[in-house]
Amino acid sequence: MSFSWSEYGKWQMRCKPHVSAKVHGNSGLTSPPTFKLKTIFLSRIDTASSRTYTEHMSQLQISEKLAILADAAKYDASCASSGTSKRSSSKSGGIGSTEGMGICHAYAPDGRCISLLKILLTNSCIFDCHYCINRKSSNVRRARFTPKEVVDLTLNFYKRNYIEGLFLSSGIIKSSNYTMEQIVEVARSLREDHDFRGYIHLKTIPDADPELLEAAGRHADRLSINVELPTRAGLQKLAPEKSEERIEGAMGGLKESILDGRDAKKKYRSAPNFAPAGQSTQMIVGADSATDSDIVRRANGLYDRFGLRRVYYSAFSPIPDASAVLPVQRPPLMREHRLYQSDWLLRFYGFAPQEVVDAADADGMLPLDIDPKLAWALKHRAHFPLDVNSAPKAMLWRVPGLGTKAVDAIVKARRWRRLRLEDVGRLTVSIAKIRPFITAEGWSPGALTDMEHLRASVAPKVHQLELFA
Amino acid sequence: MITARLGHEDDFDGWREQCRGLLRLGARPADIVWQVGEQRTDLFANPESNIEAAPIGVPKGFAELSRSVICHSDPERFGLLYQLLIDLKARKRHMGDRADPLLRKLDVMAKTVRRDIHKMRAFVRFRRIEQDGDEHFVAWFEPEHHIVRTNASFFVRRFAGMRWSILTPKLSIHWDKDRLLEGPAAQKEDAPTEDAIEEQWKTYYGSIFNPARLKVKAMLKEMPKKYWHNMPETALVSELIQSARNRELAMIEKETAAPVADTLNSLHAEAARCRRCPLFGPATQIVFGEGPERARLMFVGEQPGDQEDMQGQPFVGPAGQIFNAALREAGIDRAQVYVTNAVKHFKFKQEGKRRIHDRPNVGEINHCRWWLKREIEMVQPDLIVALGATAARSLTGHNVAVTPNRGHILESIEGVPVLVTIHPSYLLRLPDAEAAARERQNFVADLSQALDRIGTIQTATA
Repeated sequence: MSFSWSEYGKWQMRCKPHVSAKVHGNSGLTSPPTFKLKTIFLSRIDTASSRTYTEHMSQLQISEKLAILADAAKYDASCASSGTSKRSSSKSGGIGSTEGMGICHAYAPDGRCISLLKILLTNSCIFDCHYCINRKSSNVRRARFTPKEVVDLTLNFYKRNYIEGLFLSSGIIKSSNYTMEQIVEVARSLREDHDFRGYIHLKTIPDADPELLEAAGRHADRLSINVELPTRAGLQKLAPEKSEERIEGAMGGLKESILDGRDAKKKYRSAPNFAPAGQSTQMIVGADSATDSDIVRRANGLYDRFGLRRVYYSAFSPIPDASAVLPVQRPPLMREHRLYQSDWLLRFYGFAPQEVVDAADADGMLPLDIDPKLAWALKHRAHFPLDVNSAPKAMLWRVPGLGTKAVDAIVKARRWRRLRLEDVGRLTVSIAKIRPFITAEGWSPGALTDMEHLRASVAPKVHQLELFA
Repeated sequence: MITARLGHEDDFDGWREQCRGLLRLGARPADIVWQVGEQRTDLFANPESNIEAAPIGVPKGFAELSRSVICHSDPERFGLLYQLLIDLKARKRHMGDRADPLLRKLDVMAKTVRRDIHKMRAFVRFRRIEQDGDEHFVAWFEPEHHIVRTNASFFVRRFAGMRWSILTPKLSIHWDKDRLLEGPAAQKEDAPTEDAIEEQWKTYYGSIFNPARLKVKAMLKEMPKKYWHNMPETALVSELIQSARNRELAMIEKETAAPVADTLNSLHAEAARCRRCPLFGPATQIVFGEGPERARLMFVGEQPGDQEDMQGQPFVGPAGQIFNAALREAGIDRAQVYVTNAVKHFKFKQEGKRRIHDRPNVGEINHCRWWLKREIEMVQPDLIVALGATAARSLTGHNVAVTPNRGHILESIEGVPVLVTIHPSYLLRLPDAEAAARERQNFVADLSQALDRIGTIQTATA
């Protein structure tokens, strides 16, 4: 049946309390709906036409600033909105919720997810870090939002379901404290003035006062401090005003507060939140001479020492108006991808950092044509083939092409049946890559595992031309 | 045949109730016709049998799976779930055994539904309208499966303080900040067509995109086109991709836009950056042609060898020695002729420390033809001598057998006469000294014939 507005009366009769109306609490009420759909269509006039000139001008300005300050923020890799506590606005009547799992509301043609409104408060900066497009000596257009403008933009986007929340960062203006105050004010206003319960990620300035970091943690889901470069030498060369001690000192402080906050929350439900989604960091890959092995070791150290939720790797993008200290060539995008895969091996697949380093070639770089798990397996063929019907879970994680979900399913299913190759095939994406490394009921790879050309036979065939190589 | 009716497409409670009755009857899956209609008729509300349909015990995980699968658009879903239920009861299948084909099939269906649910949460786009000074947010969305009711509570949790409506082709749901209401199917035209904030959102979408990295496939995988028409930002996608590609082209052009080479030297420099085929990789350097800017006679060999690759000059290795000697015998001054190769990079196979000559394939010959063409255009020879099959192939554009065509005149693609002869390295390979001497004489004779044809190798000085 098509929906006709002249049938409004009929429609209203058919309207009935929804099955899940119980979410509201006063289910069972049969009072007539207060909602008048008819008027929607009478007032369906675009608000744009009735806006005043000043409103129009300020909108335009916002758009211009947005273009500059979003453009400046795109070199931050993180857009995650996951891993925080579950919240909803159904009791408060406010706006926003977090569901634990993040949502990507759109994807850009660069293949990256758009989950948060990711912007800088300002791209002016008193620092002169060579890899950064916003450094003092860079010749980019500068702009600055007021905290209120960011708050309005966030709410406007959120209410239309464009975003999960806000990721706010900033260049440093006047002083670290002044900048941090402005960032905190945005988060405070969203939470307190507007009862906003969506996701907030604040980039934290290591040199700001601890009280400001405390305030940031109370309002934000996630805090992050960028280590910027994988090695100390790289940092000294490319970001002379930053120091590893101060960065790591601040990360250590955040770790304490996050743990304290979690403890307090266990004892008292009303205890204030402190960054329930933890802290993360980012390092730039390919701007200095650090090898993949250096990076894997550094990332592992950061996870261990600061209880980080994520380390992001951002392939150094050639930026307009680049500094002469930087390499002219960008690293292949695939390198970034391989580092993320190695990160996964550390966090979810039980690999020790040294084992990931083992997967790298003699020059300390992970192979670009095959993933690090496959590289590791090819170097450690003596471990294979593994019997899917008996191998322990931790060993199955090491089979190239088997993900953690597939391993879970295999371990469960083998309680009920002797798994054949086709059974494993049903539980995974592609059996071809896995086959040489496993035995199953009625399947033995024979000489396949030891085959000299195994690498060539399991490596992906298609090579994409590197853009801007 | 039993007809089991359900209230609506995702009527999980109804399906569960029907199952209770059907199990009691011992109905086989093949005997049941599942129908979704306006009214749910309860087959088993039989006044005579007053037995309450007893709750059925199901294994862990079944309820969760079936709640998802019920929302799938496949009409088979009710029957498949019932089949699974019966098999579970009979212990023919086990919920833990996800490698079981039926369970696998249902798992995939459940996953599809969960994905649709997730995508609805992600891709619904509200547009704001004003109504009696209050704001109202309305969205039009077309889900693939019957997920709207299931998903409603998410939007309530998230947008409790807003009035909103989500209109879909099957039904509409409305939240008035107090209650969730369900209305009939709607049409796209029922939803507002614009919202001033969308311009800002598009600005953001365009600005956060990093044109230095283009991964269209990754985008399409997560944001399939079927969702695009209700998402304002997707209007920008093709423009953004195009601008990123243009940027790439501009960069390539910038690199190669140096004024078109007009001398052999600049042509040589241009060719040194050639990446048309992969041969540039292992080779030491390009081996370009050598000789005067204008020459009446041009020699084209196959490809540089080991020596040539090291020195960067054509015909300086063992074959080059033979070639030089033959030229002298035929009375040709090498300094006055142009000598080059069909392929400009050394192609080889590494065997231990030795680099063994590997014959170029047609693709490589064709890629390199570009440079040979430019050489011919510049040198403007009256006659070209093709040394061997590769040269003849490159010059004429088709395969030429050397022996039957030897000493014959063919025509190059450009229309220049081509005299076919052997490649001097052929003489090196002949084991029989007598045959080698004979062939060498024939080779010198071919070179003499070339000289006879053009009369003199002296270029008329302009």
